[in-house]
Amino acid sequence: MSTTAPQADSTPKPSSGLLGGLADWFDDRTGYRALVHEALYERVPGGARWRYVWGSCLVFAFMTQVITGLVLWASYSASAQTAWESVYYIQHEMAGGWLLRGIHHVMAQAMVVLLALHLMQVVIDGAYRAPREVNFWLGLILMQLVLGMALTGYLLPWDQKGYWATRVATNLAGLVPLVGPSLQQLVVGGPDYGHHTLTRFFALHAGFLPATLVGFLVLHLTLFRKHGLHAKQPITKPDAMFWPDQVLKDAVAMLAVMAVVLGVILMPALRAMLAGEPIVTGHLGAELGAPADPSQPYAAARPEWYFLFLFQFLKVFEGWGASGEFLGAIVVPGLTLGLMFLMPIIGRWKLGHRFNVAFTLAILAGAGLLTAMALHEDYYALWADKTAYADVEELLKKTGGDEQQLAAALGNDEAKLAEFEKRRHEYEAIRKSEAFLVAVKQAKADAERAVDLAGRPEKIPPAGALSLVRSDPLSQGPLLFAQHCASCHAHIDPAKPEAAAIFAQASAANLFEFGGLVWARGLLDPEQVAGPAYFGNTAHSDGDMVSFVTDELSDPDLWKPDEVEAVIVALAAEAELPTGGASADLVAKGRGLMADTDRCGSCHAYADNETELGYAPDLNGWGSREWLVGIITDPTHQRFYPEDNDRMPSFGVGSNGGPPTLTEDQIGLIADWLRGSWYRPAGH
Amino acid sequence: MSEHTKADPATEGRRGFITKALAICCGGLATLTPVGAAIWAVLDPLRRTAGAGSFLRVADLANLPDDGQPRQFPVITDRVDAWTGYDAEPIGAVYVKREKGSDTVEALSATCPHAGCFVEMDKESKCFRCPCHNSAFTLDGGIVAPSPSPRPMDSLECQIDKSGSILVKWQNFYTGIEEKVARP
Ligand code: FES
Repeated sequence: MSTTAPQADSTPKPSSGLLGGLADWFDDRTGYRALVHEALYERVPGGARWRYVWGSCLVFAFMTQVITGLVLWASYSASAQTAWESVYYIQHEMAGGWLLRGIHHVMAQAMVVLLALHLMQVVIDGAYRAPREVNFWLGLILMQLVLGMALTGYLLPWDQKGYWATRVATNLAGLVPLVGPSLQQLVVGGPDYGHHTLTRFFALHAGFLPATLVGFLVLHLTLFRKHGLHAKQPITKPDAMFWPDQVLKDAVAMLAVMAVVLGVILMPALRAMLAGEPIVTGHLGAELGAPADPSQPYAAARPEWYFLFLFQFLKVFEGWGASGEFLGAIVVPGLTLGLMFLMPIIGRWKLGHRFNVAFTLAILAGAGLLTAMALHEDYYALWADKTAYADVEELLKKTGGDEQQLAAALGNDEAKLAEFEKRRHEYEAIRKSEAFLVAVKQAKADAERAVDLAGRPEKIPPAGALSLVRSDPLSQGPLLFAQHCASCHAHIDPAKPEAAAIFAQASAANLFEFGGLVWARGLLDPEQVAGPAYFGNTAHSDGDMVSFVTDELSDPDLWKPDEVEAVIVALAAEAELPTGGASADLVAKGRGLMADTDRCGSCHAYADNETELGYAPDLNGWGSREWLVGIITDPTHQRFYPEDNDRMPSFGVGSNGGPPTLTEDQIGLIADWLRGSWYRPAGH
Repeated sequence: MSEHTKADPATEGRRGFITKALAICCGGLATLTPVGAAIWAVLDPLRRTAGAGSFLRVADLANLPDDGQPRQFPVITDRVDAWTGYDAEPIGAVYVKREKGSDTVEALSATCPHAGCFVEMDKESKCFRCPCHNSAFTLDGGIVAPSPSPRPMDSLECQIDKSGSILVKWQNFYTGIEEKVARP
């Protein structure tokens, strides 16, 4: 290691030879040697140190973002129909796209961490003091630019996560006094979120903010060089040169940062490898949620982890009304930043410097604590014991949460009531966390489904991936069912332990795998037909079908077991659902029995049995898509229950000439979902 | 070749001032043109409004049981997003309820008055809950204290038309403030 600066070695000197001559020629015209010399041979008072690496690491991280960002840009398309789609393509179809995006995504987070470290080092070392005040301010501006890029980048994939987080962020921007609403409208690009939100965020993220950042970075580095490095006192070692001593330390630190970034990206792959599972590269690196949909709630909405403290901070002001919101989102962060700008002035006094250090550490600690609180709230249910609150749950259920009833149930005892309130609070916290975890799981499933659909051989239609999701029975069926059917019908596998409780609450048949073998078998089972999974809770509970099954079908003299079985498979065949490998003969036999006017055909019309429609549902195509669409559209149609329809609305017929409750497409989606007919990727 | 003469300082000073002023004016004007054009275009979104809220059909009265239970309905309408025209797109959601024996309905916007997330119904706790910052509301939309939300859920005007359809006046409101102010 050199003890004195090797000045003599580094001064430019004329060279010989062809290459040297060329270099001289070039230096003559550009003065590049002096520039390089200036750049590399900077004195580092007291020698190279690890604590000086953060600034260089940040520049390195920024360069990484520029390189990966430019290439991402080359494949990205900012519009409501193409943003998610192009990011999907990068992540799942482009060679190396997952790695490129992964590096960009994880490095952005690394940058936030590095920023905090750099800031901490500068403040603790007092490097903001005269004459470096201006450079400290430049640094604070750079920090805000970086955070601005992080915020704007989050929206660009146009997935549910980015969309809802951005809605919250831009709505908060609307709280800025006077200009807020206009500011919000300018950022959003109009009164509503759409193409122009994306184009604007993209222009900010990839153009305006980085260009400004480069400008400020040049100033920051120029001033840094002008004043020289602020050495940590006391200096015990001899000075060294930036090149190569400090550069080596910087380079090692950069490599470490890159290693961590790669580690984060590849960790799941390693885990999969160890578990012997296949590695899906599309699942590595940055997540891609389901396409943004303003009409679908996204209960897993959270900002990126480094903004989580701000998010949690808003909750601190619970019950403060609008002023709390304003304080939490605008005033406190604004004041904090203002105080940071004043640090170089406060730091002139010894006590002031101590205050600055304490303040910075307090902010970082506070942010850390808020982040931990946010995570704790969200994941609480993972370790909390809900069973310990079974009594609370029961009491709440019994009283319906009614204050007076609660008080009465607790004997109007103040102390007991207070205790109950405390426990109720705990219980609610667990439930909130549970809801969040369910939402996260759902979000993941939705995201996976969207990716499956986008990967169909037919690719994404011009209307975008959202149109695929909206016309997907697997995605829409459960939503439509929950909204229109679930108030009466259950939809649960009867083999599940919780099924019985759900059947008890339903007031119409369980529609799980309706029309399939299991369903048909249950229908013709004397034990089940009058149960809550079939006609039990309906007006048909003592109807002819129920008495037919209980009285006649169960009588082996009238119906031989293999005849019942034949009808069951014939019904499934009619529904065009799997018949469990039943022979064609058996199906034909069942069909014969269905048509037989002494058997099913005495009430039901089937094939050419000439039984009139109207008394019992048509068995032609029973349970098929067409049949299901028909009964959902209008159960009072001649083919179904013209006389004795039990409460089922005609979803496809408008009342008094108005439009129907459900469109043809929506009814089709429900029918397809009930029949389990949706796109399945190969290998699933 | 002109001969170098020494100008008198007064003329020099005046000339110098005019030169400087001209340089600044020319350069400034030249630069301001693109800047002006840029600002003009950047401010375009301020001219755009969502249009006054219009009454949109969300459901049929006949299909809304009169049990006082709010039910969620999507709000569907044609929508223009810059250059794309969508027909019959879901743009949001409302909760509509009908009291026992009543022929009128009440509607609440599903958009959280706190910061615009999607408020969901918690059937078990018989309340509304916003997943974002845990604002809770009663089934009438009232605030359950303590809440980050500064105001109750936003009620929307309703009508029942001749054919028995429920029409709701769909509007967006500014979030995070105590008063309910419709966005233009
Ligand atoms: S957006 Fe609903 S609580 Fe914040």
